[in-house]
Amino acid sequence: MIGNWPAPLPDGSTSDEMVVKFDSGRSERLLIIPPLFEEANTLRRFTIEVMRRLDESGKDTFLPDLAGLNESLAPLAGQSLSNWQRSVSAAQLQFGATHILGIRSGALLLAPDNANGFVYAPQSGANLLRNMLRARIIASREYGIEETTEQLSEEGRVGGLELAGWAIGSTLFRELETAKFEAREKCIEIEQDRLGGAGLWLRAEPADDDNQSRKLALLIQSEMSIR
Amino acid sequence: MSTKAASEEDIEKLDLGESRTEVDRQLKSIIADVLGLDTDQTDLFTADTGLFGHLPELDSMAVAGLLTELEDRLHIVIEDDDIDGEMLETYGGLLTFAETKVIEG
Repeated sequence: MIGNWPAPLPDGSTSDEMVVKFDSGRSERLLIIPPLFEEANTLRRFTIEVMRRLDESGKDTFLPDLAGLNESLAPLAGQSLSNWQRSVSAAQLQFGATHILGIRSGALLLAPDNANGFVYAPQSGANLLRNMLRARIIASREYGIEETTEQLSEEGRVGGLELAGWAIGSTLFRELETAKFEAREKCIEIEQDRLGGAGLWLRAEPADDDNQSRKLALLIQSEMSIR
Repeated sequence: MSTKAASEEDIEKLDLGESRTEVDRQLKSIIADVLGLDTDQTDLFTADTGLFGHLPELDSMAVAGLLTELEDRLHIVIEDDDIDGEMLETYGGLLTFAETKVIEG
């Protein structure tokens, strides 16, 4: 269930990264790109639960770490959105994925020439940054330090910025400011209201919800069989 | 007169009893979604119920998410300057803030 894969690095070399997989050599194979940063943790259990259900319905699934994220030892500060996009395409080849699912900000890493797939409640890079900047402003105020979105953004664009414990390099910061999932025919957008209840990414602590993971797995499995 | 008192007076003047209940309902629903509570648990919240700084799981990242959700559901915009410790500390503080923002439109 746990394996390794060679994730591309910006300098052209690769980094040995972890992948969680349900791989029984089946014909329908889904590559899952989790959200970036904090939401990857918050939604991890939910994501694995969706994978378990897809496994039961005969689909292989792959949840790879990208360099700089999750268990990766590569420094986050040197990573970029464009390199992660290349990594997703490399992972698609590596695992022979027939379909792809981007969760929340994970949708930002999908390229138009990727396999058919899905995005679940895609989040824009601007929205992601806004939340992280706000978290930093709130935390700083607790220590009596006044910061503003504008001043922090300028700092992020020039020299990178640590936000909520994540060291975001200047390239990644600038890329995130404008990154947005663009709707495309080969990619089905699954909005939160189709799962019932509020998105689990809102939770202060990681949580799961049987009902939501069941619904997401059902939506994906029925579409995977016909597309 | 403090800002808080002024905003409460504004709400009374505008006779927004109904929208006040709606803001209260929405805010409790968001907090329930963030903390993983049932709405009958958040229904027990009073103006003095402690939030940021009182609940260990409600860290700055969770509060940031809560404020963004508040913006989306109440169609308001929260500026950097709006955020202060007093407004986040108790349910009453956050409710008054949200009501004021809704009135300002």
